[in-house]
Amino acid sequence: MPDKNKTLLVNQKLTKLFGGLTAVNNFDLDVHQGKIFSLIGPNGAGKTTVFNVVTGIYTPEGGKVIFKGNDITGKKPHEIVSYGIARTFQNIRLFSNMTCLENIMSGQHCRATSGTWASIFRTSHQKKEEANIRTVAESRIRQVGLWDSRDELAKNIAYGSQRMLEIARALGTDPMLLILDEPSSGLNQKETESLMEFLTGLIKDEDITILLIEHDMNVVMGISDWVVVMDEGKKIAEGHPEDIYHNARVIEAYLGSEETR
Amino acid sequence: MKYSKTLNHNPFFGSRHSVLIIVLGLFFIYPFIASNYYIDIAFFFGIYTLLGLSLNIVLGEVGLFDLGHAGFYAIGAYTTAILNTKFGIPILILIPVSALAAGLFAYIVCSPIIHLRGDYLCIVTIGMGEIVRLALINNPFDLTGGPNGVFGIDFPTLGGPFVIDSSIEYYFLIWIVVGLTIVGLIRLQNSRIGRAWNCIREDEVAAGTSGINVRFYKLLAFVIGAALAGVAGNIYASKLMCVSPESFTFWESCLMFCIVLIGGMGSIPGVIIGAGFISLFPEIFRPFAMYRMLVFGTVMILMMMFRPGGAWPRKREGVAFQSLVTRMREKDA
Amino acid sequence: MEVFLEQLINGLTIGSFYALIALGYSMVYGILKLINFAHGDFFALGSYVGYTVLVFGSAFVTSHFGLWGGMIAAMLVAAVCVAFVGVAVERAAYRPIYPAGRLPAVVSALGASIFLQNAIMVIWGPRYQAYPASLIPNIHIQLGNIHITLLQIVILVLSFFLMGALYWLIQKTTFGAAIRATALDKDTASLMGINFNRVIFFIFTLGPALGAMTGVMVGMYYRQISFTMGWNYGLKAFTATILGGIGNLPGAMFGGLILGVLEMFGAAYISAAWKDVFVFLILILVLIFRPTGLFGEKVAEKV
Repeated sequence: MPDKNKTLLVNQKLTKLFGGLTAVNNFDLDVHQGKIFSLIGPNGAGKTTVFNVVTGIYTPEGGKVIFKGNDITGKKPHEIVSYGIARTFQNIRLFSNMTCLENIMSGQHCRATSGTWASIFRTSHQKKEEANIRTVAESRIRQVGLWDSRDELAKNIAYGSQRMLEIARALGTDPMLLILDEPSSGLNQKETESLMEFLTGLIKDEDITILLIEHDMNVVMGISDWVVVMDEGKKIAEGHPEDIYHNARVIEAYLGSEETR
Repeated sequence: MKYSKTLNHNPFFGSRHSVLIIVLGLFFIYPFIASNYYIDIAFFFGIYTLLGLSLNIVLGEVGLFDLGHAGFYAIGAYTTAILNTKFGIPILILIPVSALAAGLFAYIVCSPIIHLRGDYLCIVTIGMGEIVRLALINNPFDLTGGPNGVFGIDFPTLGGPFVIDSSIEYYFLIWIVVGLTIVGLIRLQNSRIGRAWNCIREDEVAAGTSGINVRFYKLLAFVIGAALAGVAGNIYASKLMCVSPESFTFWESCLMFCIVLIGGMGSIPGVIIGAGFISLFPEIFRPFAMYRMLVFGTVMILMMMFRPGGAWPRKREGVAFQSLVTRMREKDA
Repeated sequence: MEVFLEQLINGLTIGSFYALIALGYSMVYGILKLINFAHGDFFALGSYVGYTVLVFGSAFVTSHFGLWGGMIAAMLVAAVCVAFVGVAVERAAYRPIYPAGRLPAVVSALGASIFLQNAIMVIWGPRYQAYPASLIPNIHIQLGNIHITLLQIVILVLSFFLMGALYWLIQKTTFGAAIRATALDKDTASLMGINFNRVIFFIFTLGPALGAMTGVMVGMYYRQISFTMGWNYGLKAFTATILGGIGNLPGAMFGGLILGVLEMFGAAYISAAWKDVFVFLILILVLIFRPTGLFGEKVAEKV
């Protein structure tokens, strides 16, 4: 198991109910700093629900989420962002009618403090902050290779670029933990490879940790340091990618048991 | 390829510099060549512009359906009316007081309901607007004068002989206030505040997970919008010298709503155009008295059919709102 | 106790008016996500059409159908006329706007409402009109110490019948299922073979027809009608729609009834002048504690 001493995120006995449905059931997940962790499992396993709990969209009925030693269970999404967690969505949720650059600049919102009066009167502090927001956004947009599209409306760029833009927006919040929900969904082979390269490069160059949900096994096998498998709200296996690949329970969860096949 | 300054939404500078000079020139000359009747029309144009700008923050920038905005307008007007007639407080001092009263009211009533989903928020704002109007009619604590309202409001004075009491002076007063408001709003648009608002309008959930405190910024929009409407109420009250509940009906809220939509959501020049339409239309069609509202309603429908983005959509949305006619033609082709 | 029961019946009567109008809002809203501001004006138009039938056809009507028959005849004529208008408004003012989005549709609906309201004013004049007293049955009934009119009972029976009929139609027939499906997911419903245009046609004839019939009943109950009544009733009825939960038809019915009863009790036990404030406050409180309405809305949102 990757370095247990550098546990960044702890999900402890997480339970989330929707009416009669137990979407997440006593779920544990530890994520270690500087690594790429993958959360996999069949559709409806509860993976996105876990992400939604971690990022504050849902409040769990049971369990805790601890980040860098802080209990962030049930906190509001924007608070969780300032702690250092940023995310992307399964169905891309960009700010469609704003430019690509503005999308990333919105990420920097929580890292600035200028208020209404400062913005109306353009104090020097506010001007400095605006310039800084711009600079950070510009460097991130270059990082994902979308510099040329910076003034395009987000809804007008290609699908693959939109995926990268969403990641860039998340990076715009200066996160320590990047949570990606099916980032390769809808990408072709070339785009997927480029995404994998990008993510591994990210881990190497920056002080960042990545947790992702993925269905594409090439991505999971290719870049993960550790894989956690979920089915029907519970963790059914975890380990190094190669071990998970051959794990009987995992195969059963995805493909069904011998009798039903 | 040359990139436009995307963050500068102000279309008045750059290539349109000369148009601005001409407009400003006309603006200054107008009251000296027009009769009082027409200057007053231009005054109300200014009031509606200010009201439109105030609602634009809530509806245009953040995308919240507010159909009770007349309530804030009323609070501003009545605060001025009551404090001036009962305590003799000068009108100009009451401008920030009215703004504060309306803003505070917005903060108190909107806090418990700001999380409601768009359509439910809409009906609640309608209810709030009606509650304000009904409360004013019912004359609680004998403060509001009931259906007849409050009379005898002073003119604004800067001390000594500098009293604002003529049509021309009111014209300049309102348009100076509008001008200052526009400058402030443009600066807000181009700041992290304005961006936060727009993000919330685009996708509330994504805004939250991008670090924006959605609740705070929604409330902020309402408070600022209410404060500006309160200022409009103050100036309106002193111009008319009296206020009564029938100036602050649901219909007024609908008019303001239409101003923002007909002009173009989030677009400041659009609001000016929308306000112009709303205040000038009845005048132009005065000879047709009985039928003019039929035409008004028809024009509203036609406008949405052919320019749903508004008369002067904010640049980015202008790309998005293709005219329906074009789309229909493409389908037939 | 007697006063309580009388007020309850009064409340249910006016509540059923709100309920019937609310159904029209709820149907359109559930499927098109459009606040049909013109709906209140369909109700007002129905009232005026009924008035015209009764005033100008009074001799014919009373000799052939009697007083009650007259009311039913007026309701039916109003329903048919306004149904036509409803479809016309949908074709002219709403259909072309759908692609542009929800907010332009709201403005268009407002425009249609302004147009209709003023058309009524142009045709029938700006002053109040009154349903002729001679054509309204004026039979009072005394049940112990409770005093109600036969008209009230008939109205209540008619209203509940109409509500029941609509409920049966929506919940128990195949076409009703088609409507419910379209309300939940327009695109999938049409992919499943449901004719969207037919559903639209249905809601824009039935809704306005119900509203029109309600208009006649209101005309008979209150006698006085004005071209602005669409606005007043419409707002309350839309409140009832929200109270019951968006897209929830039984909810709209109950919302209307509850609203009517609350309004009556507010007027009787608190103050007539503040009754509307009371009603709106209740609405706001309900939405604070049950954001999706009393009976919950039928909309799914997946994050």
